[in-house]
Amino acid sequence: MASLKTPVTSRDHVQGDASALITLVEYGDYECPHCGHAYPIVKRVQKHFGEKLRFVFRNFPLNEIHPNAESAAEAAEFAGVSDRFWEMHDGIFENQEQIGLPLLFELATQLGLSKADLRDALTNKEYTPRVREDFLGGVRSGVNGTPTFFINGHRHEGPFEFEDLAEAIEIRLADAE
Amino acid sequence: MSNILNPGVAAPDFTLHVTPDQKLSLSELRGRPVIVAFYPADWSPVCGDQMALYNEVRSEFQRHGAELLGISVDGVWSHAAFAKDRRLHFPLLADFEPKGAVARSFGAYRSDDGFCERALFVIDKNGVIFWSYCSPVGVNPGADGILQALEELPK
Repeated sequence: MASLKTPVTSRDHVQGDASALITLVEYGDYECPHCGHAYPIVKRVQKHFGEKLRFVFRNFPLNEIHPNAESAAEAAEFAGVSDRFWEMHDGIFENQEQIGLPLLFELATQLGLSKADLRDALTNKEYTPRVREDFLGGVRSGVNGTPTFFINGHRHEGPFEFEDLAEAIEIRLADAE
Repeated sequence: MSNILNPGVAAPDFTLHVTPDQKLSLSELRGRPVIVAFYPADWSPVCGDQMALYNEVRSEFQRHGAELLGISVDGVWSHAAFAKDRRLHFPLLADFEPKGAVARSFGAYRSDDGFCERALFVIDKNGVIFWSYCSPVGVNPGADGILQALEELPK
């Protein structure tokens, strides 16, 4: 079974404590409808497991089929530099049907970030290498589509409704406790 | 699952249509590594699609000087429409007539189903199979095995 080859480090975007018993890593694409479906499920999983779980999101944009995925990923990284990654991440998924540059600029403005700086960052491909690094790390870990979840380093196979993820996490939790 | 050809075996040569009026032979690519990805059918669901993934990893394959060929029993017109829809930037070959003959020669044909296995081959610059892998037909094998094989290839 595939396992996570790239450990979670300080370069990652993490919600939750490093001492949490469960680390849930998602490789996702902001334009992927399945990732949009998973977004509220992950929120529910986080709420359900509370301090026992930390959540990590990594970029896995399939650019040729999702033309807005890369700019969305880069906009989230741009916001991350100002410590606003998760606000941007949530804002994009909550408005996924409007994904595109106007949405990204609007979200940046709402977060008090400079629209001009975002435009420059996208034009200069400032965060392209970072997004690609996420992507290639995912490929090496056997990510074959989105979303792909890893629970304590083990790839989650099959459906990812709340019950499926919660059950898989409970099993890893029993190992960890 | 089929018994696909193993490493160490010379890859059977083939000549297949890559577009309605163009053919490609494996032997034309001698001198550089070739990745041959047999897959069951065009038009599988998008986000988990193996060909869409390889499309994105293509630059990594190129870093190793490797050529990527997708092969299924779909005809050239299906391939053309599929490649256009998914914006695929590598050749899809039609193992269409006689149906599945090339897949059979690699041991990668599912006679009962009438389509190819999801089988991967990394062929070295001399035309010898260096690595092969057959995935359960419903499981996208990803690209990690291919990348590892390309890294292990003798230069």
